[in-house]
Amino acid sequence: MVAPEQHAGHLENASAADSAHAPGPAAGAIKIVVATDCGSTTTKAILIQEVDGVFRQTHRGEAPTTVEEPFADVTVGVTNSVTELEELSGRRLINPDGTILRRTSPTDPNGCDIYISTSSAGGGLQMMVAGVVRQMTAESAKRAALGAGAIVMDTIASNDKRRPHEQIQRIRELRPDMVLLSGGTDGGDTKKVTELAELIAPAKPRPRFGGEYSMPIIFAGNKDAAPGVRKVFQHGGFDLSVVDNLRPSLENENLGPARDRIHDVFLEHVMAHAPGYDKLMRWSNAPIMPTPGAVGDILQAIARGRNINAIGVDIGGATTDVFSVFGPHFNRTVSANLGMSYSISNVCAEAGMANILRWVHLTQMDERELRNRVKNKMIRPTTIPQSLEALIFEQAVAREALRLAYIQHREFATNLKGVQQQRTVGDTFAQKQGGSSIVDSLALDLLVASGGVLSHAPRMEQTAMMLVDAFEPEGFTELAKDSIFMMPHLGVLASVHERAAMEVFERDCLIYMGTCIAPAGTAVWGKPVAKYSIDGVGQGTLLGGEMKRFALAGDARARAEIAPEKGLDVGAGPGKPVTREIRGGTVGLILDGRGRPLVLPSTREECRTAMDSWVKALDLYPS
Amino acid sequence: MAKAYTPGLKVAAHSTYRSRRLLPIKGEVLVRVGDLVNPSTPVARTYLEGEATPMKLANLLGAQPRELPSLMLKPVGSRVANGEPIARSKGIFGMMKTEVKSTAEGTIESISETTGMAIIRGEPIPVQVDGYVAGSVVEVIEGEGVVVEAQAAVVQGIFGVSGEASGPIKVVCAAPTEVCDTDHIDASCKGCVVVGGARMTAAAIKKAKAVGAAALVSGGLDDSDLRDFLGYDLGVAITGTEKTGLTVIVTEGFGDIAMADRTFHLLKGLEGRLASVNGATQIRAGVMRPEIVVPLDDAGVAAAKAAMAARLAASVAHEEGSLEIGVFVRIIRDPHFGVIGTVAALPEAPAVLGSGSKARVLDVKLSDGTIVTIPRANVELIEG
Repeated sequence: MVAPEQHAGHLENASAADSAHAPGPAAGAIKIVVATDCGSTTTKAILIQEVDGVFRQTHRGEAPTTVEEPFADVTVGVTNSVTELEELSGRRLINPDGTILRRTSPTDPNGCDIYISTSSAGGGLQMMVAGVVRQMTAESAKRAALGAGAIVMDTIASNDKRRPHEQIQRIRELRPDMVLLSGGTDGGDTKKVTELAELIAPAKPRPRFGGEYSMPIIFAGNKDAAPGVRKVFQHGGFDLSVVDNLRPSLENENLGPARDRIHDVFLEHVMAHAPGYDKLMRWSNAPIMPTPGAVGDILQAIARGRNINAIGVDIGGATTDVFSVFGPHFNRTVSANLGMSYSISNVCAEAGMANILRWVHLTQMDERELRNRVKNKMIRPTTIPQSLEALIFEQAVAREALRLAYIQHREFATNLKGVQQQRTVGDTFAQKQGGSSIVDSLALDLLVASGGVLSHAPRMEQTAMMLVDAFEPEGFTELAKDSIFMMPHLGVLASVHERAAMEVFERDCLIYMGTCIAPAGTAVWGKPVAKYSIDGVGQGTLLGGEMKRFALAGDARARAEIAPEKGLDVGAGPGKPVTREIRGGTVGLILDGRGRPLVLPSTREECRTAMDSWVKALDLYPS
Repeated sequence: MAKAYTPGLKVAAHSTYRSRRLLPIKGEVLVRVGDLVNPSTPVARTYLEGEATPMKLANLLGAQPRELPSLMLKPVGSRVANGEPIARSKGIFGMMKTEVKSTAEGTIESISETTGMAIIRGEPIPVQVDGYVAGSVVEVIEGEGVVVEAQAAVVQGIFGVSGEASGPIKVVCAAPTEVCDTDHIDASCKGCVVVGGARMTAAAIKKAKAVGAAALVSGGLDDSDLRDFLGYDLGVAITGTEKTGLTVIVTEGFGDIAMADRTFHLLKGLEGRLASVNGATQIRAGVMRPEIVVPLDDAGVAAAKAAMAARLAASVAHEEGSLEIGVFVRIIRDPHFGVIGTVAALPEAPAVLGSGSKARVLDVKLSDGTIVTIPRANVELIEG
């Protein structure tokens, strides 16, 4: 049994770092919110206002991020993006000195009540984590760092098969923003974790920003080892903080204190040394959160609010983040080199061109030219596909990037390893092993997409199909997309005004594309896989290898009865029918008879022909 | 209305070029403001801490960690040679003593009574920074390094591999459209920054390396040839640390693509001059492009300035980085990849592209008079 992550809201969990922020009004007095997300390339601002008693996102603006030279001040980009909000809304939001204007009274036609922000500029938060056993404390440490919104540069463990001098060499090469050290259960062995500290200290990792400041080390291991660890780090330019053990016993994970300390250190050290962030922190009414941390928070809030299992994916130019909430478990992974521009070449290298071309229904594709095209996208990452052929190829690459990122996520999001399980003879075959994946495609209710290639696809059908092909949802799954990548803003808003965040999320953030119904199990192509009867759509038989799409507009709901063939499962067990309400959307209802796991035809020509039929069934591209 | 900027690659006949030559950690600066340096002049020096070698001595001695200090043959701070005994067990009744020899040369940095581990710190590793470019020192950053300034022609490439190199420029292709192949490379290329034309072939790269060329610069390169040269498929464009023995710089992109006319003729006009090149490329935060820097003498500066003035008079004046009608742009994505033209129109309203996406576009007039419509994201300015 895993304890749910204890993640306290930032305002309740006041710390030294919080005092850098301007105090905001009480939640009840908040009617107008300005929120920004300072990304690596773009700063996105949104204006949220209470309209007729309901919070809505009313305007958005964006401007280039200004962390780099010649500006080297993040607030310039913030001011520019909020200026665009000003122009669009007609509401003055910027003071003459460039700061964010606050309202002086509830009737003031200018200003906002609070200003909040997230940030991933300058490469986001980069961490190194260490733990004694790779599959146990080191993995819990990695989960804590990822959940806090960090990119984990490397995980050092006593049993990671590297020799001590190789580990020291690796630590020397890295320039993390901070180090999270864990190891040992409380009351257990202290020697191994102290040994790890003794490897990190002589390696003297140097911080990425401002070589002059002390390297922050967070110790979240066996509490009995803390005095020894303190002794190791007392000299040599380290700033050690000790928090509760993130794995107090083998059966329990307690990531909250480590996560909170990571956020504090992020603000105190990393942000404080990034250009202009001292100013930005003073402007903001809540601690600045790392962008992925905020996205994870809002997805958890939604999943728990609706009592559903959800997966969110954000595919960017360099990385792909996958977030999942299954029951009490939240997991996030960052696939550092799976992205659509900076890392597109790596996607092709990892997936292989043959796997990418599986998703292309066109005939004439010259591999040499495609390879050069990929490299040209890598070196000129801001270009966009002009021709239909270029778009189709890019979406094929996206499917593989998403698929690989999802595989990595499933492998990481597991039950705690190392937990002893008691078994009876009866459940020997039924009980899952420790370390099995928490991600269960059949139990997934909602799949949310964000990131350029998914958000900016010319047709919603393309976005839906990329999700279905890469994630292979099973049973009944709602598909949605983040309209304008607003989830980071809402994640930080939820920490100060949860109702406002929830209302905007449901009304303005998510665009529902509809529902995918896919029987799990091996489908024999051309043979029936399920019978369906759907109100307003009709009834029929879905064949193996077949895809069907039915319009089911907007927020329409319909009753669907699906009777799978023997051996196929839509949620109630193999061969058992399911009747439930389904949600419509911009795409409608997708029936996927290709079986799960999805196995595509092995020859290029057969695969191309099959893909061509699915392109037509879903009307993916202009003919 | 916010202004749209479309940064491009620099191709300048004259520019005041500055290079920050910094140590990775604090050290000693070896030159003063006003000193003249050349690419190989040492300008700053420091020592990195030596490698740390951990030794689990208590384990090796079969002793408890707390006993370790009394078993050490040398105290913390002592120098030890590789193979020199550093700890000895008490043995049984003074017999059967176990001795442990150091596995590294250096100084005993620490001994842990908790874990029984000792750290041997190796000799400091000297690190030196050189001048990179022929010029003068204009600033000393105390303990960190210097800024070297040169009046120079500067060409930025789009992609490169391997780090800094220098040598005289040798142009081996007759035209920017000529593929750079083995026929163009011979023994006379040794030590030179070799300039080709269009795509460089895998065989040409191999031969350039074999004859000892300092660098090979050309318009294009095939992805598969890059993979052959590096020995692996490059996933992310962060380069500069490869130890290939030859710096390679591509000025336009991947595939069959001619070097821009202006770049080719500029480099052709600089033939024989000493160039400093760096293939380091980083596309993410803090964009870094490969470069070819050719310091100029007074006469060279005067000639370059005159040429630039003439070019400026013949073209449309524009704000640097700003997309305006009449300025030169390079199309950087298919279906017109690599083609150069001038901006003919900048329509305000977004247009629907062949892909079905809606985007802001511009019209580009090509050299044959044809006008093509291109997304604004798919062009870059040719700056100079």
